[in-house]
Amino acid sequence: MSDKAPDTAGMDYLQTLPRRWVTVYIPMIVFLILLLFPFYWMAMTAFKPNEELVSRAANPFWIVSPTLAHFEKLLFRTDYPQWMWNTVLVSVVSTFASLAASVFAAYAIERLRFRGAKQTGLAIFLAYLVPPSILFIPLAAIVVQLGLFDTRWALILTYPTFLIPFCTWLLMGYFRSIPYELEECALIDGATRWQILVKIILPLAVPGLISAGIFAFTLSWNEFIYALTFVSSSETKTVPVGVVTELVEGDVYHWGALMAGALLGSLPVAVLYSFFVEYYVSGMTGAVKE
Amino acid sequence: MSLSRFFNNRNTLGAVFMVPAGLILLVFLTYPLGLGTWLGFTDAKIGRAGEWVGFENFTFLFGDSVARLSLFNTLFYTIVASIIKFVFGLWLALLLNKTLPFQAFVRAVVLLPFIVPTALSALAFWWLYDAQFSVLSWALVKMGLIDNYITFLGDPWLARGSVVAANIWRGVPFVAITLLAGLQTISPSLYEAASLDGATEWQKFWHVTLPMLTPIIAVVMTFSVLFTFTDFQLIYVLTRGGPLNATHLMATLSFQRAILGGALGEGAALATAMVPFLLAAILFSYFGLQRRAWQQGGSDK
Repeated sequence: MSDKAPDTAGMDYLQTLPRRWVTVYIPMIVFLILLLFPFYWMAMTAFKPNEELVSRAANPFWIVSPTLAHFEKLLFRTDYPQWMWNTVLVSVVSTFASLAASVFAAYAIERLRFRGAKQTGLAIFLAYLVPPSILFIPLAAIVVQLGLFDTRWALILTYPTFLIPFCTWLLMGYFRSIPYELEECALIDGATRWQILVKIILPLAVPGLISAGIFAFTLSWNEFIYALTFVSSSETKTVPVGVVTELVEGDVYHWGALMAGALLGSLPVAVLYSFFVEYYVSGMTGAVKE
Repeated sequence: MSLSRFFNNRNTLGAVFMVPAGLILLVFLTYPLGLGTWLGFTDAKIGRAGEWVGFENFTFLFGDSVARLSLFNTLFYTIVASIIKFVFGLWLALLLNKTLPFQAFVRAVVLLPFIVPTALSALAFWWLYDAQFSVLSWALVKMGLIDNYITFLGDPWLARGSVVAANIWRGVPFVAITLLAGLQTISPSLYEAASLDGATEWQKFWHVTLPMLTPIIAVVMTFSVLFTFTDFQLIYVLTRGGPLNATHLMATLSFQRAILGGALGEGAALATAMVPFLLAAILFSYFGLQRRAWQQGGSDK
């Protein structure tokens, strides 16, 4: 993504400055304002006292007397900390489990080339295209039957259905780029397949593992429909579901607390993303590029 | 020795390595996919196993005006949002591909709407669309453009427009960043050659950028259509399908019928009814655009 090489800039330098303002800078600024305004608004609302929120006279774009009252309510008078913990637990466990299963699957499909590997690879890709919104009804029946309804296990076991296909597909691409010769050398030197996987393939695939892991983590953090369907009591809910279902009481909307909840719930993924932008983007584009 | 030989055999080891992933996908993906289709042909309710009823659910849904409306809404939502996402996404990708100040930062920030949980950003939109305290209405009133606050989510067509706008906001960054990755693979020498031949900016876009980008556009838009058609959380948070079912998508309606209403069979039938549309969308956008690439001299794969 970060192209320090100036040659990708092509012939941009040929454009005159006023022309660049009209064709590039101004549209870019408008895009940025539109894309970022909801976040600005979230933050404004989260720190604004209730009187200012409902006043039509005041300038809504600024805060006169900022307050932490909404955060205080959220952290000490709701189950929010519990939802946060649930989300972290479910996302971390399902991400690592999926990553482990995907490493084996991708290595088997891409490198062991067992009989039927090609078809398996295709099946994994098709699994990746199955949307959760056509799976959640039968999955709910299965979750109930297994006695997992309203437990975190229901989410930990079902999230891999979209994480494994994605991670496997991405890792297959990474493994493909590792030269065969390395493996052949190791085989000749008497290494077992297991040693090859652990000592040669995995160290070389670290960027791919990070990409898949980061992307999988944000996918599980953002998951909504399964968490909404398979869990019903407040103590087991995840942040997105908890904020949407528990903080709205009747017709009285506590906008401050809602926006504070949305802001806090978005922060972990945003921070993680900011540290691993390149990996995230390569994961996203890698999965699309095939 | 024989054991290690056994585990070094490609077929056995391959099968062993496939076990964890295969098991989870078979139990929680393949089986429910079949179960869902089967449920669609039964009258199952929550807490009661169903009996086979043939096509009864489907004929019922076909005669149900709400279900038909949800099909219309889904198609409208998908088609309008996808086209606009494509146009703005491509535009944004072209802008991001220019040399900009703070380039890396701008590119990172642009993707934020796609990163944060949709349910949570949808809450921000809900607040922006509020009938009494919407800042959008406030600004328009102050500018003297309108007299009364807009009921964004109260009127059927306004509500459709509002949810489409929120979906576009979330989807444009995805389209833009993936297309940007495609743009960066186009060699600058092609543009230099076109310039030497006297091509205008517009001609360069039309005859170099677009044909070179077509294969990745096909894939990106296939994914975008897929996500949009099966969208659930945005609608669930913003309108729950209202007003007057004007924004009910097939996914939200099947949730309402199956989980809230308890009619598992009917909900499953509604979800199953989405599959042919999804297949058609995938085949159309994938093969349709793929062939265009081939016609214009692009490689087959």
